[in-house]
Amino acid sequence: MRYQPVIGLEVHVQLLTGTKIFCGCSTTFGAEPNSQTCPVCLGLPGALPVLNRKVVEFAIKAGISTNCSITPRSIFARKNYFYPDLPKGYQISQFEDPICQHGWLDITVEGEETKRVGITRIHMEEDAGKLVHGDLSGRDDDSGVDLNRACTPLLEVVSEPDLRSSDEAVSYLKQLHQIVTWLGICDGNMEEGSFRCDANVSVMPVGSDTFGTRAEIKNVNSFKFVKQAIEYEILRQIDLIEDGGTVVQETRLFDPNSGKTRSMRSKEEAHDYRYFPDPDLVPLVIGDDWIERSRRELPELPAQRRQRFMNKLGLPPYDTEVLTASRALADYFEAGVTAHGNAKGVGNWVMGEITRALNDSGTTIENCPVTPVQLAELLKLIDNGTISGKIAKTVFDEMWKSGKAPQTIVEEQGLVQVSDSGAIEGIIDEIMAANAGQVEEYRSGKEKVFGFFVGQVMKASRGKANPSVVNELLLNRLKE
Amino acid sequence: MNIIDMTIHELHAALKGKQLSSVEATTAMLARIAAVEPQVGSFITVTSEQALAAAAAADQIIAAGECHLLTGIPLALKDIFLTEGIRTTCGSRILNNFIPPYSATSWEKLRDRGAVLLGKLNQDEFAMGSSNESSAFGVTRNPWDTTCIPGGSSGGSAAAVAARQAVATLGTDTGGSIRQPASHCGCVGLKPTYGRVSRYGVIAYASSLDQVGPLTRDVADCAAMLEAVAGHDPKDSTSVDTPVPNYAATLTHGVKGLKIGLPKEYFIEGLDPDVQKAMDAAIETYRRLGAEFVDISLPHTGYAVATYYLIATAEASSNLARYEGVRFGHRSNKAEGLIDMMTKSRSEGFGAEVKRRIMLGTYALSSGYYDAYYVKAQKVRTLIMNDFITAFADVDVMLTPVAPTPAFKIGEKINDPLQMYLSDIFTIPVNLAGTCAMSLPAGFSAAGLPVGLQLIGKPFGEETILRAGYAFEQATEWHTRKATI
Repeated sequence: MRYQPVIGLEVHVQLLTGTKIFCGCSTTFGAEPNSQTCPVCLGLPGALPVLNRKVVEFAIKAGISTNCSITPRSIFARKNYFYPDLPKGYQISQFEDPICQHGWLDITVEGEETKRVGITRIHMEEDAGKLVHGDLSGRDDDSGVDLNRACTPLLEVVSEPDLRSSDEAVSYLKQLHQIVTWLGICDGNMEEGSFRCDANVSVMPVGSDTFGTRAEIKNVNSFKFVKQAIEYEILRQIDLIEDGGTVVQETRLFDPNSGKTRSMRSKEEAHDYRYFPDPDLVPLVIGDDWIERSRRELPELPAQRRQRFMNKLGLPPYDTEVLTASRALADYFEAGVTAHGNAKGVGNWVMGEITRALNDSGTTIENCPVTPVQLAELLKLIDNGTISGKIAKTVFDEMWKSGKAPQTIVEEQGLVQVSDSGAIEGIIDEIMAANAGQVEEYRSGKEKVFGFFVGQVMKASRGKANPSVVNELLLNRLKE
Repeated sequence: MNIIDMTIHELHAALKGKQLSSVEATTAMLARIAAVEPQVGSFITVTSEQALAAAAAADQIIAAGECHLLTGIPLALKDIFLTEGIRTTCGSRILNNFIPPYSATSWEKLRDRGAVLLGKLNQDEFAMGSSNESSAFGVTRNPWDTTCIPGGSSGGSAAAVAARQAVATLGTDTGGSIRQPASHCGCVGLKPTYGRVSRYGVIAYASSLDQVGPLTRDVADCAAMLEAVAGHDPKDSTSVDTPVPNYAATLTHGVKGLKIGLPKEYFIEGLDPDVQKAMDAAIETYRRLGAEFVDISLPHTGYAVATYYLIATAEASSNLARYEGVRFGHRSNKAEGLIDMMTKSRSEGFGAEVKRRIMLGTYALSSGYYDAYYVKAQKVRTLIMNDFITAFADVDVMLTPVAPTPAFKIGEKINDPLQMYLSDIFTIPVNLAGTCAMSLPAGFSAAGLPVGLQLIGKPFGEETILRAGYAFEQATEWHTRKATI
């Protein structure tokens, strides 16, 4: 029998607000344990939550950008469970009436048609603290609680079970990741847990319209692991069914070392969270004016920008995709186009040299030492024949290292291209005299050695000879 | 006049007129506390040193001529209010060692006006009870008859005023916890409209019902205390941003033409004859003062107690989850592992009534029961609110008994939770409706125990019930009687 996987994703997005969701404490990562706490996020008796307006603004922006409707009157609820890192014994979240509902994203998997994936809901909630185990006070079996992260704002984005393969899941996840980083509401750091994903996976016979029993895979913290975990889980479930077994509803944990998922707790062991509306917070009323204001404040979104790059700048789809990988990259590219004019030319450099240099040095486009205007100046030097494309790469490396303007580097290092035929002919003569054997070979029909001569001439000119002039002159001389 | 018998206004006049210093007044109150505390048991913690230091500071302010009505006045707080640096137990073993790092907004407001804190008052554990018998720090006794309960859960707050151990106190009222003990101890107690006073720093029992209010010797003091603590607090999202009236200014405006509703569901067969007698007399007094009476109905009253015990316990089961020995409070030393530590700390730290309510509330919120219990209770709560809205279309205030009987004997109902719960039958609907009400002395039983009457006002209608209460007080002498202790 053939099987159809059914996948839904729950993504936790940590918001880039300066302060926590229900108190004024800082959200900075990595501070001294429990240094960023107050009575509210410590869950002290008598402390009360007050909603951070910024969190609501971010949630509205995320909602609009994922085609959700914004709930006019949304409610905070308490999710009750005991754990030492949960100071109040409940998490303030949203259950009924979350802030955003009924959205969608269009995703594309290579070689397939664009597909629309439903977003059930987006809700706001607070994060828990974390437990630290080990030697904290002279005993190696200590357990400590660090509540710096407690009360940090999160959005939980829940998709419909519309995804049918691990590739679709990753595509959806990347799209969502791009939107929240693009909006500047999340830093997108998956290793630090700023963007983390739980996957609900089930399988059913192809053609069936009844979903199988699902397993929930917890905390998969990279795109690669999401793909691995889902693929493993699909195969595990199919094997189980083929062997006459049944899939049980449970929570499973992905182990990146083995690439496998293992059972964490069964449905019977699942918490009864006893959700109920939090009486400490009043209903959140969002008027149309607030939604409209947020809509106006939104930047041009990735999908819109891709459309514009294709339609207005005439870029091919692949280039468009690469150049809109992040808002900063797209901004860089556009600034370069504005300064230079040739979108395709600038695009090639951004996708080529710039990306390579960023990767090699481990920097991001935000910290790129070569500005878009400098890049445009460099390209202009190629355009007007001052330097060759090859020399431009040398100049670029120097710009990267020193931050100097390309013109300055070209002048300082005497890299101006030699197009003067007299000078080049002189070099050609020397090379031909020194390599009489190869000249013979060429003239007897072995035209392959032409490349050898080009190389020798370029080398002798230290790369400065204009390659097209070299080609032309060499051809003439060899044919003589 | 004896210092310990003075009202806020009398003591303020004496302080301002330099007949008396705050240190003298505070010393007198501390001596009174020491003298009668063995019989009454109002206090969990007496803060003598801090009180005398605060009194000395207040005397300097008074000397500088910058005196507020509450400057130098010795007060005490129910032990549910967080007081920075001063142990706050909420009447529970689980907070036996809890010294808060911050203070409740309501206490800060009193402190900023120069009030002197004598100490922290006994109460039912986590404000769960109607008799002060569930405290982990011993029972409080009624100053009028020490074999009787003072009422609860703000029993210490009422007993301290009645026993003249404090000039005035603050309590909290979730289902009658200010009004019922005020009635049983013969003092004035007011539960403000939900949202009128900040709940920040007040240990939560049932968040949608809890409200802070004063217990005082007379209505004028009550108005002064309310005015001091009322107002919007940015730290409490449920506190309402509506101006605080000058309650004192309208106190004397009388009740001529005031329409007083008598809800028939509160005057039932089997009401204690002493209570009935006091109500009849009160109605007669008001009639004489020019008020008009209207028979009204609050038809869903009969469901109020059941509704309350679903909503309050549901919220409590969640509110009390934070007491698990991880960050503060009692931690079991018999535990192995994290979860066991949390379980044992709770098992050892909470008393029987608290455990009973946590279990009730957990059940009401559980999957499969939530709709039948919690959601149903919320719907009935709306019906009860609507009862009040409808009835208040025709009347300005309502007059009812506070409790079905005067104070009962210590131990009488402790093993019968249902009987205990029913003693709040006339106070609970006000909390569910979120409106305001006041208890004031209206007579005595044949056995010499105080009987209170309840004036219920419209939401944010504290001005009206204070005015009506003041008029009654001027026409009667019940509030001038002193407990025999």
